Amino acid sequence: MRPFAFQKMNNAAEALKDKKAEAQFIAGGTNLVDLMKKHIAQPEALLDVSSALPKDIAVSGRGLLIGVMARNTDLTLNKDILARYPLVARAVLAGASPQIRNMASVGGNLLQRTRCPYFYDVSTPCNKRKPNSGCGALHGAERMSAIVGYNAQCVTVHPSDLCVALAALDAEVKIMTREKKEKSISFRDFHKLPEATPWKDNTLPENALITHVYIPENPFHQHFAYLKLRDRTSYAFALVSVAAALHLENGKITAARLASGGVAHKPWRWYEAEEFLKGKAPSAEVFAGAAERVVKGIKPLAGNAFKVPMLKGAVETALENCITQESYKQ
Amino acid sequence: MTKHQYSRRFFLRSSVAFTALAALPAGVKAFYVDVENVVLPPKQTLPLKIKVNKREYEVLADSRTTLLDLLRENLGLTGSKKGCDHGQCGACTVHINGERVLSCLTLAAMVPGQEVTTIEGLAEGNELHPMQQAFIECDGFQCGYCTPGQIMAAVACVKEGRTGSVEEIKEFMSGNLCRCGAYNGIVQSIQKVAAQ
Ligand SMILES: Cc1cc2nc3c(=O)[nH]c(=O)nc-3n(C[C@H](O)[C@H](O)[C@H](O)COP(=O)(O)OP(=O)(O)OC[C@H]3O[C@@H](n4cnc5c(N)ncnc54)[C@H](O)[C@@H]3O)c2cc1C
Ligand code: FES
Ligand code: FES
Repeated sequence: MRPFAFQKMNNAAEALKDKKAEAQFIAGGTNLVDLMKKHIAQPEALLDVSSALPKDIAVSGRGLLIGVMARNTDLTLNKDILARYPLVARAVLAGASPQIRNMASVGGNLLQRTRCPYFYDVSTPCNKRKPNSGCGALHGAERMSAIVGYNAQCVTVHPSDLCVALAALDAEVKIMTREKKEKSISFRDFHKLPEATPWKDNTLPENALITHVYIPENPFHQHFAYLKLRDRTSYAFALVSVAAALHLENGKITAARLASGGVAHKPWRWYEAEEFLKGKAPSAEVFAGAAERVVKGIKPLAGNAFKVPMLKGAVETALENCITQESYKQ
Repeated sequence: MTKHQYSRRFFLRSSVAFTALAALPAGVKAFYVDVENVVLPPKQTLPLKIKVNKREYEVLADSRTTLLDLLRENLGLTGSKKGCDHGQCGACTVHINGERVLSCLTLAAMVPGQEVTTIEGLAEGNELHPMQQAFIECDGFQCGYCTPGQIMAAVACVKEGRTGSVEEIKEFMSGNLCRCGAYNGIVQSIQKVAAQ
């Protein structure tokens, strides 16, 4: 690890004041410390924001405001989340391990870096780690890579489970810029595609802090599912994952949400399939039709075509779980 | 003939290089130190007050020290094990404020003000913690390397109430790998303590 100066921050203003390009914030440390050990992140200074930022989870207006330092475990135990946004708890429980969830903050989860093996292996090219060095994964071991939204610059996927649920629920990311301006970024615009700047994972401005995540009111507390398919049944990143949520009125789907992890550089929403589900009565055929629309036109890489039928099956199963399982039972 | 010339040239070149090198070391070292000072920020040593197993320790540690290294190297508490050092195996599991965390991904500098419990702090005097006893009775280990982490995670698993079924125990113990495959004994140990 490269030497660094360590500073404990008391509040957001102090943290922003001391933030220079060479410094990095540290929250739970579960991603950053790992990357520093591997010489992938090499900050000159660490600003410990773990006791400087809000961690409360509170009903706010018609939605829920989650302090950025809430631990991932808190999201799985909080009464309001379990009652109103249980999909969030489900997604978090599908990720990492109890120890890591006890340490990991909400903000760190949003900003965790990719798990692409080429990003982690400093002897290989990776545009995300070293701009303009190339993409080792493309034509390499593509098994874990993206099937949508990728380009020749970067084929990796976003590793978070929590973010898939937050994308499905149209969350907002509340930030404070270096100039202490408060802003809100819709989840849809928070993570980005590789474009010409694959080294940037998201649209958070330089040196800004995340302070909260806001989830607006929604009717998806009854029919929801988070399905994560991976190489072992627990404690592994997703090959593909699906967050599904339905609202039913008089036997018809009045609103639907479908999002996936493990498929793209950002948590991915399947808007066309959501539209298709609207107004229909739930049935195996309707769910198959939605899954059909999810995978239609997907062009996987040479090494990960298996993800397409896997995704199709996962979407169908997740939608079925929304109505057949007592999905709200914790 | 060409071979001979090549060798001769090679010999001449390498002796020049060797002569130059012989004169270098001091210069190289100084150069390296210069570069290091420009490229690398200076090391920072922090005075840390850390409470482990109800005992206060005052130590000086490099800012880069993880809690795991601090426990093992500075405090001589070698019960917590380093399996992967990257958050992937659970061998380094300890409790902070009564909750299980990975000491290999925790910077020691972030621990002051909190209470750490390690495997060494579990027993009451000569009386083993019920989970330690259960691991012995249920064959919860073979080589024992993962065991301190397993036991710390198991104690937390029971406290969290995640012992409703074998599946639930397995899911909530999935952050602790056991290379010897003592998983059945581990699950039984947890069931035994949960039932007490
Ligand atoms: C073995 C292992 C398995 C895992 N499996 C999963 C999984 O299956 N699913 C999953 O979703 N995740 C998984 N994770 C990732 C884990 O969820 C993240 O490491 C964690 O959420 C990061 O949170 P943190 O608080 O520890 O972040 P840190 O490591 O402290 O920080 C991460 C980044 O965020 C920045 N940052 C943190 N807080 C703020 C803030 N408030 N404002 C601005 N910047 C900030 C830091 O500067 C840093 O760049 C796994 C991790 C490990 C080690
Ligand atoms: S040593 Fe910490 S998880 Fe493996
Ligand atoms: S007992 Fe040997 S690794 Fe678990």
